[in-house]
Amino acid sequence: MRNLLILALFVAATSMTGCATTANNPRDPFEGFNRAMFSVNEGLDTVVKPVAQGYDAVVPDLIKTGIGNFFGNIADVWIAVNNFLQGKITEGASDVARVLVNSTVGVAGLIDVASYLELEKHNEDFGQTLGKWGIGEGPYLYWPLIGPKNVRDTFGFAVDSSVDPLGHMHDVRARNTLTGVHFIDLRASLLPAEKVIEAAAFDKYNYIRDAYFQMRRNAVHDGNPPPEDDDEDEIEE
Amino acid sequence: MKCLFSLLFGLVSVFNMSAFAQETAPDELVKNVTEEVFSIVRQDKDIQSGDTKKIIELVNAKVLPHFNFQRMTALAMGKEWNKASSDQKKRLAEEFQTLLVRTYSNALTGYKDQTVRYKPTKMPDGDGDVVVRTEILQAGGKPVQLDYSLRKGPDGWKVFDMVVAGVSLVTNYRDTFTQEVRANGVDGLIKMLADKNRQLEAGKK
Repeated sequence: MRNLLILALFVAATSMTGCATTANNPRDPFEGFNRAMFSVNEGLDTVVKPVAQGYDAVVPDLIKTGIGNFFGNIADVWIAVNNFLQGKITEGASDVARVLVNSTVGVAGLIDVASYLELEKHNEDFGQTLGKWGIGEGPYLYWPLIGPKNVRDTFGFAVDSSVDPLGHMHDVRARNTLTGVHFIDLRASLLPAEKVIEAAAFDKYNYIRDAYFQMRRNAVHDGNPPPEDDDEDEIEE
Repeated sequence: MKCLFSLLFGLVSVFNMSAFAQETAPDELVKNVTEEVFSIVRQDKDIQSGDTKKIIELVNAKVLPHFNFQRMTALAMGKEWNKASSDQKKRLAEEFQTLLVRTYSNALTGYKDQTVRYKPTKMPDGDGDVVVRTEILQAGGKPVQLDYSLRKGPDGWKVFDMVVAGVSLVTNYRDTFTQEVRANGVDGLIKMLADKNRQLEAGKK
């Protein structure tokens, strides 16, 4: 994943030149640049998507679940750290227990035994931790390969990637294989949501951006975001 | 014997009446509808293989009566809603309904062997809004949060928002709709919705 980040930054940097601002959303001041990167990704996706679709169609559900669990177990270590950093001791301890159970009884993480034991999987990353610490989101950015990230989450992603054990593997071939499988598995997991977005969105770029804002806000608040300053009271039916 | 019969009859009618008067609680309503729809989808090979027409019929019959599309449209448009005449409001709600039903149906065709967990619902003191929280559980994946917002109306509780992983399928349109109304007026938005629905109907992207 770290290689991916470097590549993403490289593509972004080389295309920064001649970046026009056509912003009409205050949270997306670099819309011109972002839309360009969005097209780059859509272009790359014409190659990646068929691979992900093939993976999704060919690989049996049981194996896919195993692969998802395997990477999920590795991720749980960092999720635990982030829960501790956010002061959520109970959740963090539960994540540690998940890793212990799944790495042993769950055969190196392939089976998510912990979920059967009511040790729920959490969704945490360093970007959320920064959000919990009160750091603002910053402008919205659309990166090649890694997709939508605000400035805070871009930094969070860089930290997440730097501690990813996959990136620290010495066996280069094994590392590249695992990174590749992880990437395709992630892409395949997005296929159902993408189908819905394709139908629902008037402008895919806008829809994803607005959904990203809501989704990250929800994640930082662990599913219970405070109500936004809303003009709902003024709306009559 | 006659006495017994009349007693029974009396009991039955009292029971019936109370059942009639007692409306379904919001969390129960969400659960009933979800379970009914999912059990149909689980058994229907056509729907699983993506028969859009069939699933839309199902959603229209089972889900639609419990939704308040007028309110959904108002929420999606925010302040711009007040700019619409009552006739325009009606048309907006109709078009938005078609779009949302299709979106929801589309999501259902991706449904395989997920199960739904219903979280405890905190009821408001008065007639306020209620959020019914559920989670879609799928093997190997993180649970997906799916929340329904409901408000009590003259004919029972109605859903006015659906929130997937924190993303409202309704308010996610607010910026797009606001921009359209500001650029091309309410009629511009009606046209945009109608065009989109026609496109989807024709099976294009």
